[in-house]
Amino acid sequence: MPITYPNLHLTRLGGAIPAWLGEIEPGDLPPICQNVADGGGRLLALWGSDARELGDGFALHVALVNEAGLICLSMALDAVQPVYPDISRIFPAAGRMQRAAYDLLGIYAHEGHDHRKWVRHGAWRGFPLRKDFDAAQNRADEPDAYPFVQVEGQGVHEIPVGPIHAGTIEPGHFRFSVVGEKVLRLEERLGYTHKGIEKRFEGLTLQQGAKLAGRVSGDSTVAYAWAYAMAAESIAAVTPPDQALWLRALFLERERIANHLGDLGDLGNDVALSFGFAQFWILKEQVLRNNAALFGHRYLMDKIIPGGVAADLTEPGRQTLHEECAMLEREVRLLRGIYEEHAGMQDRFIAAGRVEPKLAAQLGLCGLAGRASAQAWDARVQFACAPYDRLDVRMATYRNGDVAARVIVRFDELFESLRLQSEILDHLTHDGELATTLEKLPGNGFGVGMVEGWRGEVLVAIHTDAQGNLTRVHPHDPSWQNWPAVEHAIMGNIVPDFPLINKSFNLSYSGQDL
Amino acid sequence: MENINLTLGILFQLCQSLLVVLLAPLLTGWVNQCRAWLQNRSGPGLLQPFRTLRKLFHKDAVIAYNASPLFRITPYILFGCMWLAAAIIPIIAVDLPFSPAADVIALVGVFALARVFIALAAMDIGTAFGTLGARREMLVSFLAEPALLMVLFTASLISQSTQLPRIVEALAHHQFVLYPSLAFAGLAFVIVLLAENARIPVDNPGTHLELTMIHEAMVLEYSARHLALIEWASSLKLLAYISLGIALFFPHGIAEVGQWGALPLAIAVLLVKLTLAGAGLALLETLLAKMRIFRAPEFLGTAFLLAVLGLLIHFLLGA
Repeated sequence: MPITYPNLHLTRLGGAIPAWLGEIEPGDLPPICQNVADGGGRLLALWGSDARELGDGFALHVALVNEAGLICLSMALDAVQPVYPDISRIFPAAGRMQRAAYDLLGIYAHEGHDHRKWVRHGAWRGFPLRKDFDAAQNRADEPDAYPFVQVEGQGVHEIPVGPIHAGTIEPGHFRFSVVGEKVLRLEERLGYTHKGIEKRFEGLTLQQGAKLAGRVSGDSTVAYAWAYAMAAESIAAVTPPDQALWLRALFLERERIANHLGDLGDLGNDVALSFGFAQFWILKEQVLRNNAALFGHRYLMDKIIPGGVAADLTEPGRQTLHEECAMLEREVRLLRGIYEEHAGMQDRFIAAGRVEPKLAAQLGLCGLAGRASAQAWDARVQFACAPYDRLDVRMATYRNGDVAARVIVRFDELFESLRLQSEILDHLTHDGELATTLEKLPGNGFGVGMVEGWRGEVLVAIHTDAQGNLTRVHPHDPSWQNWPAVEHAIMGNIVPDFPLINKSFNLSYSGQDL
Repeated sequence: MENINLTLGILFQLCQSLLVVLLAPLLTGWVNQCRAWLQNRSGPGLLQPFRTLRKLFHKDAVIAYNASPLFRITPYILFGCMWLAAAIIPIIAVDLPFSPAADVIALVGVFALARVFIALAAMDIGTAFGTLGARREMLVSFLAEPALLMVLFTASLISQSTQLPRIVEALAHHQFVLYPSLAFAGLAFVIVLLAENARIPVDNPGTHLELTMIHEAMVLEYSARHLALIEWASSLKLLAYISLGIALFFPHGIAEVGQWGALPLAIAVLLVKLTLAGAGLALLETLLAKMRIFRAPEFLGTAFLLAVLGLLIHFLLGA
């Protein structure tokens, strides 16, 4: 049992990762969360669902993680007054998730201290994830007021930035309270790319859902598709063939390689070292072109399907990837030397945007940014699902928590991924089956999948209705946990360092706005 | 004879004025092209700045509701100032009729005038970025200006004049002498040039990150013909600074007014110098990363120190 709590009965969920499901009373939620937090565990995701058709009212689902595995807790909420106890005092990251759950489903935290809308932005009235919601009838005319926290004092002023930026990046609003160039406080407002993905999932078939899951956040399409497939396979109790698992790991590592290369280039660009930008992006482009040539899609979209994979690697392809690996290893080692010895660049990186390990633990910082602040979580290591259980993944961690640390972790992970890719290539055979048939899910099922994407752990939870159709799918991006940390990272830094600090996290807007 | 000289002078002056206004975007294009080559990119070509200007002149201007006339006239003032500056620096011939209009100190004043207007216009709109940019511009320039003056004084001491033609004459038409004081002044001048023209490592002319901008933040609200004039003025400013550098440190090969025969050679020599200077600038910009904004005062402090060292050396060694 991952945790012990009186009267808590957990049942092991089938599937690739260690996960348990427990039904609890809402009142038991805070003590259980406290219990997990005290044991070093974290909150992973929080979402609600509408089960009124079954006569159950609403339900709240919370996914916690500790060293034993994933603990999913479900609790039934009243249909008329769907209220549950606030857990944002235990897990600060829960605050925004609770606000989003209210915007979408109308379930709310008792004594929650922030009642501003998070994803709603005044685009609709009512609660879209309720089954009786009619989008056509519920358009709102007025945007919501959104009072930012005011900082007062002599010489303090605000700089509003975004959601439309000077460059082509995703939209988000940042409100800086500054004195001169020094940032006293940053408040983020996201939700500009809310497109109703969770609503769209309702009633889709398993295959349609897989396509949609791969489009939650384009740069993590492999991670989302795998997590979705993992959740579906856990409900259907299906294990994909060996060859498919190796290919999935190959795709995931290639996604990590491409994104780390791109980010390292961007970090060079943000300190105006365009040389680094150009070199890393040439390498990234090479990886993407190889993806397109060998698997049919630059970002490997739709290559992971429930039950297996949709693309195979040929023998010449394997040779190409081996050569690419050697080339990348050589080039990146050279560029790493240049980055590390460039005084001007290191001066910008070191001590910028520091998140101390203690604060990181408190905020539940996860993924790459967490590992740069000594939060040693990597699902490939701790919850090694096949085929990672046959690969010895070395986790890259660093203690400093500044931009330089996140750059170092990126480099380390890049080399590790290249090593893993070589190892995976050696394990691949060419005659294996690519997918187990998985047409339809069983009725009233629940499954979760968790994959260590390049940004952090991506979780997808699937609920099916009596006919086995998707009734509620919740994709969870690691950016939920890490966006609040950016607000802390910038404090005390100067305004012109923000783009660099923000880029060193490189969080997803689309993945958290849904 | 007097009249002929004056006519010739005016012809030379017109010739240089036209030359600089056409050459300036080309120089910017050349620097960008060199940067692209140094980064393994193919680059947009030398004529890209002209294409950008044409595009901008064909667009309709968008102006904020609360913009005052100051906002509208600033691009013209800016362009006028930079054109004037670039036109009076003796780069193809020594005794241009407009040159006596402004000595080196007045030249610094012309740059300052342009800066005051662009900073006021940036704040005129009332956006956070305009004010942010204006504030940073002032932080950089109030340190760059004294350093530039010190550089010019060093050159003036050698030629005993603050008139640019006299300085150039003294340096170009006497026998070739190495001045150690000028070496220090030259280093200081390069630093000032980088800072004043919003180049890396102080500012990044190619950035899209609004929070890090200095010069670009001030002109974010400009569009169409206004933006075109500002871009053109920036090119002219870069040309003016490089010309000033050439006039002060490498004036050899310049023509006398009236020597038509020497003119083609003078222009050819100038082009070679500009090509080399542009490539050098691109190389510097490729090698350096942008520094934290609060390092800029240290950087410019170094320039000031070097320029003062140049002055001291002149007094100590008389060279």
